[in-house]
Amino acid sequence: MTPLLQIEAVGKSFFGVPVLRNVSLNVAEGRIIGLVGENGAGKSTLMNLLGGTLQPDAGSLRFRGVPYAPKNPGDARSAGIGFVHQELNLFPNLSIAENLFLTDFPLRGPLIQRSALQTAAVRVLKRVGLNLDPATAVERLSTGECQLVEIARALSLEAQLIILDEPTTSLSLQECDRLFALMRQLKAEGRCLLFISHTLGDVLRLCDDVVVLRDGEVVGQGPASGFNPARLISLMVGRELTRLFPKRCSAEPLDRTEAAPLLEARSLSHPGVARDLSFTLHRGEVLGLSGLMGAGRTELARILFGLEPHQTGRIHLKGQPLTGSPRRRIQRRLAFLTESRRDDGLCLEASVADNMALVTLPDHTRNPLRLLDVPRLGAALSAIREAVRIQPRVDNDQPVKTLSGGNQQKVVLAKWLLAEPEVLLLDEPTRGIDVGAKSEIYQLVRDLADRGAGILVISSDLEELTGLCDRILVMSRGQLTGNFPGPDFDRERILSAALPT
Amino acid sequence: MGSEPAEAMTASSTNHEPRTTNAATRLLRSDSLVLLLSAILFAVLAPFTDGLASADNLANLLGNMAPLLVVAIGQTLVLIAGGIDLSVTSTIALTSVVGALSMSADQGWLGGSPIAMPAAVLIMLALGAVVGAANGLAVTRLQMPAFIVTLTSMMFLSGLAVWLTASKPVFGLPATFTVLGSRLLFALPIAAALAGFAHLMLTRSLFGRWLRAVGFNPRTARVSGVPVDAVVLAAYIASGLFAAAASVLYTARLETGSPVLGQRILLDVIGATVIGGTSLFGGRGRVVGTVFGVLFLSLLDNALNLLGLSHFSLMMVKGGVILLAAFLDTARNRWLAA
Repeated sequence: MTPLLQIEAVGKSFFGVPVLRNVSLNVAEGRIIGLVGENGAGKSTLMNLLGGTLQPDAGSLRFRGVPYAPKNPGDARSAGIGFVHQELNLFPNLSIAENLFLTDFPLRGPLIQRSALQTAAVRVLKRVGLNLDPATAVERLSTGECQLVEIARALSLEAQLIILDEPTTSLSLQECDRLFALMRQLKAEGRCLLFISHTLGDVLRLCDDVVVLRDGEVVGQGPASGFNPARLISLMVGRELTRLFPKRCSAEPLDRTEAAPLLEARSLSHPGVARDLSFTLHRGEVLGLSGLMGAGRTELARILFGLEPHQTGRIHLKGQPLTGSPRRRIQRRLAFLTESRRDDGLCLEASVADNMALVTLPDHTRNPLRLLDVPRLGAALSAIREAVRIQPRVDNDQPVKTLSGGNQQKVVLAKWLLAEPEVLLLDEPTRGIDVGAKSEIYQLVRDLADRGAGILVISSDLEELTGLCDRILVMSRGQLTGNFPGPDFDRERILSAALPT
Repeated sequence: MGSEPAEAMTASSTNHEPRTTNAATRLLRSDSLVLLLSAILFAVLAPFTDGLASADNLANLLGNMAPLLVVAIGQTLVLIAGGIDLSVTSTIALTSVVGALSMSADQGWLGGSPIAMPAAVLIMLALGAVVGAANGLAVTRLQMPAFIVTLTSMMFLSGLAVWLTASKPVFGLPATFTVLGSRLLFALPIAAALAGFAHLMLTRSLFGRWLRAVGFNPRTARVSGVPVDAVVLAAYIASGLFAAAASVLYTARLETGSPVLGQRILLDVIGATVIGGTSLFGGRGRVVGTVFGVLFLSLLDNALNLLGLSHFSLMMVKGGVILLAAFLDTARNRWLAA
């Protein structure tokens, strides 16, 4: 019997960087297949190829025995492949029924047949065990109920293959159980399910087969009974270290926990974001913060920088309470390189010089009109440009959006380094930039720490954290679940601490 | 999950580092484009249009430009901050009648007093600032869309101006005030001084840099320590002040406080600003550009008038020109900027 889905030697690159290499998979009917791998291993790309949002550079797909080359999500839908996305793709302002049949409303002429819509919706909701009025607006549903509506939508399209991309990240235990029961029932109906999850226990319990991706390649594949969590983790992370990272300050193996505390967080809590977070960042320390996406790492950094509120707990900088707007925290020598250059790291349309100067502009003004001391500002900018090694061919007047990712990130760093920060919060500092720029940024971070600054590095790249940091904290679901002193890190233990239990 | 595709997209739009700009792109971006267009317009129409090139007409043209320029500068600041101020024309009308009701020899409570003129001017400016502050607070504190805030304040203030005067113009303004309206002697230097000041602030001051950063990306500005709300508020207050200053010039020229003053210039104000290259998307804009935009629009107005076009065909032409400028702004932002 031919497998339902055959993936044959599929490859995909973005701008010369391969994200999928020679991936081959066979997916049989009536089975649940678990797909695991670190952030960036290529799972999303693979799913996007199946869903038609991306096209492969090499290899081919066959679905139900015939060649399958979807050009857009509509092709995937009509072929019988349904998606349940991690971020819920529902319209909160529309009703359940409208969401379910958004792409194919039952029509009479140009008009929607309300009664047929209602009946069809009730029928589909029944199958996922949701006892709700289809006219209810989706914004009034819980996350778990939304997830079930998404699945119902996939069912309403009579999907034969249903892909669930981390469907459990925001579900309660009961909701998870309900989802898993439904998945088993769908399997019994002969459908095939592809289940992507970081919760390895769920994967092993629920799935018939497991596929492990690492760096765009399949590194492990077989019946779930042949794996255990430890084996999965070592397959996921087993990568060789390269000399990408600067040497740690090795003159004296300084016990950093005895160095002066710089930034102290005590029992920070905020509903739905952080639970009782306490940690200390010391002078000269590069402290890593690991965890899965959605664990609350970015939120923690934003709380520390005054961009988000926290309900209880205190933050101290050099023994003094740290409060107020980002502006006041910058004045106390805090800096924050945000996760997304595009969203809140840069003014993309503005020039390189304007972006670099933005934080420290007030330091270069003369009273009373606060006119800028342009020569002094210019001198500061050229000095910092050199320090972060922005390529000389980049013009100061060039809009920053015309720069490569690496140079853009150096502009953000330059902006903050000009303010001579004592505490630097770095959220995914090397995302989307090339290896050369990466190692230059690592060197800058290490230099800054050697001069006495404390640096908190949030990263989804465990290799980056183990290579760069003196100590690594791990967060999971808004809580600190691990504290690992370096320099020798046990990556498997870090990853286990990051996975939800 | 990794977000490789999204990151790769980012890389795609940012990959071409050495910028290649062709002549057409450079011209579209340049400030002097509009000055060039004004010169062409003048050169083409002058031979066919009786009196366009006469000294009288040119002096008249420049004098007419002055108050329009002053309002448009305020609008430039608000547009750079990423907002819009539709209430400027009603601010002009309201400050006109309040100023006139203060200093009029017939009706004013300060009528005949020697301080009537300076006090009235101060009152007008203060009122403009209050209107701007109200708009600005609604936009920043209440986070309401600038469009609806300033549209409704336009209605309200316009109604208030008419109600205050029972729809009648206010006469009897002191000569010390009306002399400000003598076009070239006072109006033009005042407008030029305000433009110069605004240009200095926009290009060389902390406020100007902050204003552009807020317009380009308020979230980045906030993370970078810019007091975003205060900057936006200041832009609206400035817009109110500039509208009030324009009202002084208009009112002095008319020698009348009029509750319908400036009612028809709203599109001219926004149009001239956009023709001058200020972006409706925020962040981009220069006072020099606005000067040229006002020059272009005033010249067009003047020439088509002299050619004997009806008011309605003039509106059609101006509407078309402003639409074209808005299209160019979109083009600059969407297609040429990368």
